[in-house]
Amino acid sequence: MATEFHNLQELRHSASLVNKVFVQRDYSEGTTCKFQTKFPSELESRVERTLFEETVKTLNNFYAEAEKIGAHSYLEACVACSTAYLIFLCMETRYEKVLKKIAKYIQEQNEKVYAPRGLLITDPIDRGMRVIEISIYEDRGSSGSSSASSSTSGSTAR
Amino acid sequence: MSAVMITRKVRKWEKLPGKNTFCCDGRVMMARQKGVFYLTLFLIVGTCALFFAFECPYLAVHLSPTIPVFAVVLFLFVMAMLLRTSFSDPGVLPRALPEEASFIEMEIEAANGNVPAGQRPPPRIRNVQINNQIVKLKYCYTCKIFRPPRASHCSICDNCVDRFDHHCPWVGNCVGKRNYRFFYLFTLSLSLLTIYIFTFDIVHVVMLVGLTGFHTYLISLNQTTNEDIKGSWSGKNRVQNPYSHKNIMKNCSEILCGPTYPSVLDRRGVMQQDDSPSLTTAATPSSTSDSTVPQTTKPTAPLIPNEHTPDDAKPSIATSTEISTSLTEESESTAHKVPPLASPETDVEASIAKAAAH
Repeated sequence: MATEFHNLQELRHSASLVNKVFVQRDYSEGTTCKFQTKFPSELESRVERTLFEETVKTLNNFYAEAEKIGAHSYLEACVACSTAYLIFLCMETRYEKVLKKIAKYIQEQNEKVYAPRGLLITDPIDRGMRVIEISIYEDRGSSGSSSASSSTSGSTAR
Repeated sequence: MSAVMITRKVRKWEKLPGKNTFCCDGRVMMARQKGVFYLTLFLIVGTCALFFAFECPYLAVHLSPTIPVFAVVLFLFVMAMLLRTSFSDPGVLPRALPEEASFIEMEIEAANGNVPAGQRPPPRIRNVQINNQIVKLKYCYTCKIFRPPRASHCSICDNCVDRFDHHCPWVGNCVGKRNYRFFYLFTLSLSLLTIYIFTFDIVHVVMLVGLTGFHTYLISLNQTTNEDIKGSWSGKNRVQNPYSHKNIMKNCSEILCGPTYPSVLDRRGVMQQDDSPSLTTAATPSSTSDSTVPQTTKPTAPLIPNEHTPDDAKPSIATSTEISTSLTEESESTAHKVPPLASPETDVEASIAKAAAH
């Protein structure tokens, strides 16, 4: 790896944005929310293919769970309709619960996998559920003693 | 001393492009033109208010109290669905941020290659395969995105809407993925409510039509309701209606096209102060030997009181006895015979017979 960062804060403060990659939606199975698992070429040198695919597949599973039409969704719909949908003033929908899980998962993946590699994944909900935006960051300091210079440059920047 | 900057919290809805109106700090989202939506509200609320005010008391008492209760529940459901459809986000796709837009542009250019100057660039289409069928995704120049399948750009709201159904002016919003369910339930429940109200109204309509038909029948025969109820002109032994022209058109034209009769009451005429003497003063036993017919000052009081004369028009009993005694005295001497005022026999024939007896 060319650069290494300790955490997300360092990434945002001391690194400069180089590029953004957008992982598009996969419509092969219809209009359900699913993202393409095709590995973008820009990330070849940054992160392992398997890690990336793992992330996208997990996200796809989350969305499939949220959009599943089955007993749970029937029950939710019938109860909601009988209360003229007023029950959603006090109750969270199933989709909203799954979106919270997704947000937590993305933060966790960013902290563990992507930030150390100079990448940042944006939650698709912030981009209209159209794309997974992956920001690529580059260290401002020299590539030699990267971690030391990054921390010093980081402290001076603050 | 440092200046304290109070920055107001700016919410995302304030910066959204497109032609939507927002209310309640972003909780409510509607199209810009809301006139027809207010009309819808007025029609629904107005019709139901009339129904609740005029029909329901009768229905609750004579049929069942559950009928208005069910109507109220249905009305509340209709309003909830209408407001939910009108106020919610139909499934608007946010516009691409600059980086995403340029990323897509680069992809398009890479796909199309260099376009020679002067030639129109090829349409921006992306082909996807959905369940073994090729679907073309179109590029939206306003939102700078390739529209997902079934999405469309609404020119009224200036937004791309996911699973776009149509823009409905009646609800003042687009109907798309997120609010199609509420729109359908709104139309369904409103249909039920309309049918429900009309079923009870149809009874009144039938009664009204019946009444109109009945009076049309009466007009054509030149009869009154009173005569019809009593059967004055019907039946074998009864006389035929002498007022009928024996022609339907003539009978109708008399009622409908006859002259406008004036009122004889003169309701707005000014009352005159009347000083003419009352009946009692005129009936005092006069010293006149002439047989004078006591004159009533009120022209409306009849000489022969019957059961229909108002009491104040009738002469008082004391004065009437005076009159009768004076009259009888006079009648003995004169050949004139005047029927007594307070005579129990008010029948013309009886008084004539009495006179003949003398």
